[in-house]
Amino acid sequence: MKISFTINGEQQSIDIEDGNTPLLWVVRDMLDLKGTKFGCGKAACGACTLHIDGEAVRSCSYAVKFAEGKNLTTIEGLGTRETPHPVQQAWMEHVVPQCGYCQPGFMMATAALLEKNPNPTDEDIDNNIINVCRCATYVRMRKAIHRAAELTQSANPVNQ
Amino acid sequence: MTEKKKVSRRKFLIRGSLGTLGVLAVGTYVFRNPIRRMGLEMAETLIPPYSGEGTDANLWFEITKDNQVVLQSPKVEMGQGTFTSLAQMVADELDVALDQVQVIGAATDTGIVDGMSTGGSLSVASLWTPLREMAATVREMIKAEAAKQMGVAVGTLSTSNGSVSGGGKSMTYAEVAEGVTEWKLPKTPELRAVKDYKFIGQPIKRIDLAPKVFGDPIFGMDAEMPRMLHACVIRPEHVGATFKSAETSSAESMPGVVKIVQKEDWVGVVAETYAQALAAKMTIKVDWDVPKQWTEEGIRSILQVGKGNKMITQKQGGALDEADAEVVSMEFKSPIGAHAQIEPNGALALVKDGSATIVLSTQVIGVTQKQVSEALGLPLDKVNVIPTYLGGGFGRRLNTVHAVQAAQMSQAVGKPVKYFFTRKEEFQHDTFRPPTHHIMRGKLGADGLLEGLEHHYASGDVAINSVILPPMLTTIFGTDIGAMRGGNIQYDKVPSHRAVQWHTTLPFATSWWRSLGLLANTFAIESFVDEMAIKAGKNPVEFRLQQVSDKGTGKRLKAVMQKAGETYKDETINGRAMGFAASVDAGAPCAHVVEVSIEDKEIIVHKVICVFDCGIAVNPDQVKAQCEGAIVMGMSGAMHEQMTLKDGQLYPTIYGPYNMALMRHAPKEVEVILIQGDDKPYPVGEPPMGPIGAAIGNAVRRLTGERLTDLPMRLA
Repeated sequence: MKISFTINGEQQSIDIEDGNTPLLWVVRDMLDLKGTKFGCGKAACGACTLHIDGEAVRSCSYAVKFAEGKNLTTIEGLGTRETPHPVQQAWMEHVVPQCGYCQPGFMMATAALLEKNPNPTDEDIDNNIINVCRCATYVRMRKAIHRAAELTQSANPVNQ
Repeated sequence: MTEKKKVSRRKFLIRGSLGTLGVLAVGTYVFRNPIRRMGLEMAETLIPPYSGEGTDANLWFEITKDNQVVLQSPKVEMGQGTFTSLAQMVADELDVALDQVQVIGAATDTGIVDGMSTGGSLSVASLWTPLREMAATVREMIKAEAAKQMGVAVGTLSTSNGSVSGGGKSMTYAEVAEGVTEWKLPKTPELRAVKDYKFIGQPIKRIDLAPKVFGDPIFGMDAEMPRMLHACVIRPEHVGATFKSAETSSAESMPGVVKIVQKEDWVGVVAETYAQALAAKMTIKVDWDVPKQWTEEGIRSILQVGKGNKMITQKQGGALDEADAEVVSMEFKSPIGAHAQIEPNGALALVKDGSATIVLSTQVIGVTQKQVSEALGLPLDKVNVIPTYLGGGFGRRLNTVHAVQAAQMSQAVGKPVKYFFTRKEEFQHDTFRPPTHHIMRGKLGADGLLEGLEHHYASGDVAINSVILPPMLTTIFGTDIGAMRGGNIQYDKVPSHRAVQWHTTLPFATSWWRSLGLLANTFAIESFVDEMAIKAGKNPVEFRLQQVSDKGTGKRLKAVMQKAGETYKDETINGRAMGFAASVDAGAPCAHVVEVSIEDKEIIVHKVICVFDCGIAVNPDQVKAQCEGAIVMGMSGAMHEQMTLKDGQLYPTIYGPYNMALMRHAPKEVEVILIQGDDKPYPVGEPPMGPIGAAIGNAVRRLTGERLTDLPMRLA
């Protein structure tokens, strides 16, 4: 079947036999966007988190057929080295990653959280950022999330 | 140890045949210690021999045409920050800017990978002297060559930012190196004083920060080759199950299936896409031979103090008399732990025309090369293993034997094959942290200090049966040196003290898990010592300090205890109590003070103060990052994680049910105070994990009166 969507601002059409194929594998193996990671395949770890119409979605458990007509963003489309997203900027300021494997998922989850809640409290962070990081970089991640909120608000004063 | 090694132990080989113009490749750094010497050093330091000294630690620099220095690292980067520290060391002695240094993981075809592994927190500590000496030597070689080319005396030349200047002239290193095939090898130059370094000792940002923030394809899972296929292997759910036969007929006609690969003891399926391989795998019915339905009780019945092989790992004075009414005895336990690293194990393999290329995340590059070479009957030099960045190591990648299966499947189809574990397979086929059982015994003397202290502990394999430890060493030592980490008593002023290890091989694979035996051993010892302090009516910090001598690491251990002790209050304030514990691992002492409350029967850790003596902190920010990570991962192990045997299978098989510390469990505040109590770097990644479990248990004891003795800690 043919499925069309927008990903990182570009129109994409793919032809795939099985529309139930997890979106993750389409993104990684067909579109060669490797920043979205496989961790568990059961939506339990969050390494595969990307945005679908602005919502954080665990793509390992999302059938590609449902992406039809939607607007997708992956870590590659979140920001660039030249113009990093505030979340990426904050992640670099606080030197969050260790092994780094789970980090794109966390950054995507954080970016989606900040869209809805531009100034999350510690409790909001605890309740919404529920991905798994085995290096346990949570302490720096929390600081970086608060910093990203600051950066976002100074860039969009309307939200204050 | 490293400090004493001098030039005579080492030689440089100049290899000029890389084929790239302007490339200078220098150096094979060879240590060849007799195995016995290695054993002695091990016994002295308790550092396992699987890394660093005693093996060939070979390094290569390349200077590229655009004047970049490329360091082929024999050690892999798995999050511990080693690449960044190595870059700092190179930049400081080679006189280049930090952004002129690139660090890449060396592949086996360079001939310079660490023959054993990356692990034991030893990468920076073991390369500290050799790498700086190498960099300084290369600097002097370039200067000497520049002097010749520029026609000036070498003494008039100076180096900085990758250029040699003097006599009004200046050349970049690349310009000097271009076309040179014969280099003059100088004596090893004196190293600079640590205080004079520009980069060492500074909180430099990780050199792999941007690739990890922008989602670059740097991991084993991200590796690709043209016309690559995907594969799955069917693995049993039962512990100890072996392959009998497989019914594969329906899988063969599934969409995208290229080949079913059946070997003597396993079956796999190769397909066009991963989803197709996985779907086909689900239809394959394997007949497994399950000789025994293992249960949790069955494991506990063989894993007990008093069962298995006995080895006294420490002995001072006489043994305590169990019948003595004044001898206090307590039992502790820790469960089976999973590594649960987020990047699954896997490998991309291409076997064709009598040679193999393997790309993977591994801590054992050399071992993987040997395993593939032996299984496929290929000469060693026809197998090239290329390491990538690791999506977590923690000891899980110290036996990457699945690379063999990927290679065999590639061989069967003649195309590149990528194969990786499902999460369920990761959980059921981990090389687990072995469960442990501990009996602590102690007796107070008239002065209220310990008269005797004993740690009896039982563990499954850590080092024993590991592919990275020569079996001969096991024979020499008898004990499991991995299970032994943290097992000995650090209170050397206690007149009678001893540690006794009981070792049992379990029916499932157990191996190294970040800090090895340290977490469980320190939990038992430091919980018990705390209990004895309470019994003696003494402040737990003072009680400890009085029983450590100045010998060995004692002085440094006392210094971290004292520093952390300054923040410790032995009272409950506003429903919060503090807990204190300390340990020495691999020569690096660490003390933790935690602040804990209990809400709805949940233990909440609000704050951790970590005082850690890492010697020279090459990168203080990354040392702190390792402390923070070790603390929260240690909390996860001590408070949440547990694998259980049920109906012959290991559970759980997914995150969530396998409880781990998440954002909401991490302390809101972690303060790391570094003491640089020696003039060399010590291991960093594991030692700060030691005291965390006991520190939390000790705080809970003060809040509730209850002594928690089993990991994961749960309130009644």
